[in-house]
Amino acid sequence: MSESTYRIQGTTGEWEVVIGLEVHAQVTSNSKLFSGAAASFGAEPNTQVSLVDAAMPGMLPVPNAECIRQAVRTGIAIDAQINRWSRFDRKNYFYADLPQGYQISQLYHPLVGEGHLDIDADEKAGILEAKRIGVERIHVEQDAGKLMHDQHPTRSYVDLNRSGVALMEIVSRPDMTSPAEAGAYLRKLRAILRYVGSCDGNMEEGSMRADVNVSVRRAGEELGTRTETKNVNSVRFVMQAIEHEANRQVDVLEAGGKIVQETRLFNPDTGTTRSMRSKEDAHDYRYFPDPDLLPLELTEAFVEECRASLPELPDAKRARYVDVLGISAYNAAVLTAEVETARWFEALLKEGAEAKQAANWVMSELFGALNRLGKSIEDSPVSPAQAAELLTLVTDGTLSGSLAKQVFEKMLETGDSAGTIVERDGLKQTSDTGAIEAVIADVLAKNPGQLEQYRSGKEALFGFFVGQTMKAMAGKANPAVVNELLKKALG
Amino acid sequence: MTNLTDLGIAAIRDGFKAGDFTARDVASAFNDAVAGAKALNAFIVETPEIALAAADQADKDRAAGTLKPLSGVPIGMKDLFATKDVQTTAASHILEGFVPQYESTVSGKLWNAGAGMLGKLNLDQFAMGSSNETSFFGNVISPWRRNNGDTAALAPGGSSGGTSSAIAARLVPGATGTDTGGSIRQPAAFTGISGIKPTYGRCSRWGIVAFASSLDQAGPMARDVRDCAILLENMAGFDPKDSTSLDLPVPNWEAALSTDLKGKRVGIPKEYRVDGMPAEIDALWEQGIAWLKDAGAEIVNVSLPHTQYALPAYYIIAPAEASSNLARYDGVRYGLRDLPDGTNLQDMYAATRAAGFGDEVKRRILIGTYVLSAGFYDAYYTQAQKVRALIARDFDQAWEKCDLLLTPTAPSAAFGLGEKSDDPRAMYLNDVFTVPTSLAGLPAMSVPGGLDALGLPLGLQIIGKALDEQTVLNAGLAIEERAGFAARADKWW
Amino acid sequence: MSVDHATVRKIASLARIAVTDDQVEAMVPELNNILGWIEQLGEVDTSAVQPMTAVIPNVLRLRDDVVTDGDVRDAVLKNAPQAEQGFFTVPKVIE
Repeated sequence: MSESTYRIQGTTGEWEVVIGLEVHAQVTSNSKLFSGAAASFGAEPNTQVSLVDAAMPGMLPVPNAECIRQAVRTGIAIDAQINRWSRFDRKNYFYADLPQGYQISQLYHPLVGEGHLDIDADEKAGILEAKRIGVERIHVEQDAGKLMHDQHPTRSYVDLNRSGVALMEIVSRPDMTSPAEAGAYLRKLRAILRYVGSCDGNMEEGSMRADVNVSVRRAGEELGTRTETKNVNSVRFVMQAIEHEANRQVDVLEAGGKIVQETRLFNPDTGTTRSMRSKEDAHDYRYFPDPDLLPLELTEAFVEECRASLPELPDAKRARYVDVLGISAYNAAVLTAEVETARWFEALLKEGAEAKQAANWVMSELFGALNRLGKSIEDSPVSPAQAAELLTLVTDGTLSGSLAKQVFEKMLETGDSAGTIVERDGLKQTSDTGAIEAVIADVLAKNPGQLEQYRSGKEALFGFFVGQTMKAMAGKANPAVVNELLKKALG
Repeated sequence: MTNLTDLGIAAIRDGFKAGDFTARDVASAFNDAVAGAKALNAFIVETPEIALAAADQADKDRAAGTLKPLSGVPIGMKDLFATKDVQTTAASHILEGFVPQYESTVSGKLWNAGAGMLGKLNLDQFAMGSSNETSFFGNVISPWRRNNGDTAALAPGGSSGGTSSAIAARLVPGATGTDTGGSIRQPAAFTGISGIKPTYGRCSRWGIVAFASSLDQAGPMARDVRDCAILLENMAGFDPKDSTSLDLPVPNWEAALSTDLKGKRVGIPKEYRVDGMPAEIDALWEQGIAWLKDAGAEIVNVSLPHTQYALPAYYIIAPAEASSNLARYDGVRYGLRDLPDGTNLQDMYAATRAAGFGDEVKRRILIGTYVLSAGFYDAYYTQAQKVRALIARDFDQAWEKCDLLLTPTAPSAAFGLGEKSDDPRAMYLNDVFTVPTSLAGLPAMSVPGGLDALGLPLGLQIIGKALDEQTVLNAGLAIEERAGFAARADKWW
Repeated sequence: MSVDHATVRKIASLARIAVTDDQVEAMVPELNNILGWIEQLGEVDTSAVQPMTAVIPNVLRLRDDVVTDGDVRDAVLKNAPQAEQGFFTVPKVIE
């Protein structure tokens, strides 16, 4: 396993960091994992709660096929083993956001076994080469409700809307050795989830959360005791939490102390972790198979349907862009990093755009405009069809590169198509040699000084004449023709 | 005119249909009986108005020709079944005042079939007990008394003690019970009535307060086998809301009742002949064997080698599941909340549950918590589930040699209230004959076989193959016809 | 396996049931009586058998992903010991 260069510099020497991530990803589905209440976000409190979610006496769980399907699809997407036989277990503990007094999860026999995902090299971030991060398992479980503590001086408020929503718990192997690797893993995982469509990966909204396991050790030593920092809800915070926690642990150990295996919370305002008020005996969850449910058995047909339903995944798409379409590695990586971008780009290609040209245009022109306008690609004012038309006008010589930029600006402003704008505003480029020659002659005549300087050797002034010619022709002259004719005129 | 409360379910159904009486007459008669029997403490809540409303609807339906299977029949409902807008307590202080906004699947089916509710029947708290001495609402008293002048209050059996007492005292013609380790069969045996626990999964558990999920089953109790068959047909059936429900059609058990057991082999399991078994029970067992032979059956000796381990396995598995099922009673969303001043959430849980649960419930929750806890799970829980598999296998192997089994239902007749409540273990031994079938999920029924020397009822248990309630009912009917059990408790209340 | 006072307190805490000293005192022998009795299961040779996972052969059915429930807040809150503005309320928790 390749190591990163990341080390904690202690007072007594260097320390390595070992990181594992447990990601809880809310499954995209209409209803909850074991109840028919809606699984959406943002409703009035306790309105998306069935009697089953409220754990009324006599209520029973019935599993949702789509939640299982999404977890299997995700497992296939990370090349993981899909367990045809798995089972639900109860994890027993008491908290106000847990109406049953237990969470239905899968401890002993998870739905998905070992898999992996790959992160790219990033020398600046200390990731020297591409690395494979192992995933130990994915299992499905119920999410808890929400407790709110700020509504009242002496009471906490309980909203069970989220209680029972399906979660995939994705457990990595402790293969990461730096905050950067952890960040890369999370970004890649999120991209895969969004490509698969099993989770929207929205960490700010809480549909994807990470529990961060960190331990430190000196090179060559056994694994140290780890701590778990729970419910970190952004990639940046995860990286900060690791950095802070690793340093904290080194300080403790170098001062002669021991690391306590405990649960901690990250404070985004201070960038630090602190120990959670310990829940006595919190670790004895007394897991046992849920007697209200039978073992889950998947048919081959079910698994095959899951496999067949997957879209082209980011790594495969990136490889195809490079190997088959000839797009540069850098561009391909950016274009496939997010599923929305990839979809938009695929739509553009489908409209007939040439791949390399389209890639370059999207990377520079489209992204530039979106950044400026503060819009995401899904809200792009210009559609792939419209972009394809614009690119065609360049390919067929109607527009020069700079004219195309002008036309694009107008497309963004007016929402009109490139063709319409070109016709209406007369923005075609001209290759009329007679007209261009006449303008060139005029430019040379009007700029005798520069002409003299050019003729005596100041070759850089060629650009000046090009610029003047283009200006005089309102940018509509075909640059290649201008170059050719100017060369001739200047001799 | 016949005393209407002497009629059973079939008689009421058929007499009502024939126009012999109105449904309202029937409901009123039973309402009066209920009202006059408070000394038995069989009911937690009486619902005379609901019974009358159902009766009035039945009378209308008869006039309109739209009769339903149980039109005109009022029944009792064990207070473990959630009944919409009617208090449901599981006989516990922790649910006192809880009014469900939903109806259990089984009770809903009975009401849809036209039955009326006379009231919610008392039981052992959370269905945990064998004598109905653990109810927060007080002991249920059996209508039976010893015939030697002893007026000691006797146990009606448990946990369905309110049900058995009410049926035996003719306060209701029939009622629902639930059976986890014997809670239908043993009280039926103690009070001289019939009761059947169907195959696990036959009746939906949705809306029944859960005790031990892999063992709980709803079932009917009534004064004879036919009545049990009628009720069971209207209780059973697939429920998509219960993942353990069996997706199979409900057989026409009543129509197919037959006492011809020719070709059937009855197994007599030798391990059920336990040390210290009263001679009278042994004698009744022999009598039962003779009766079934008379009905055409062949008698075979069989062995169920792991029988002695059934009770300990049960007392690991049931408490373990219960400890988890009862975690939801925490004072947050319904039921009792005990919040001493200045206490926090976790203290609220501890105080609420301490105040709300009775001693036996606490005992079982603690046992269950212990056997699931870290370090003990494999030794206890896993081992118990393995032993359970062996017990089930014992039955499977027995079925190679026989089609049903005959055993006594309980190791004694009804004991006096208070006689066994000091030693939980002694109480648990009441279930020695009934627990193995529960662990294996098989159908089993108790029918009255005779009386002991003190004039107290004794029951015989018939155990059948999975899904073969018909054979169980048929054998029960064969015994019923030959036993001619006509004894009834003298009214002292 | 037998339990002592400390173990009983620990189990009671796990089960969230407050127990007084007197109760603990009484429970120790009670629980040990029951535990001692269920010990005998250890005698059984279970090396060749799997724990039972389904009482009667059956298949876990998966339900269609349709919203069929919820929007019953009144029913959900009906029996609440304490509720405000659509929420259940509990003593304030500090995390």
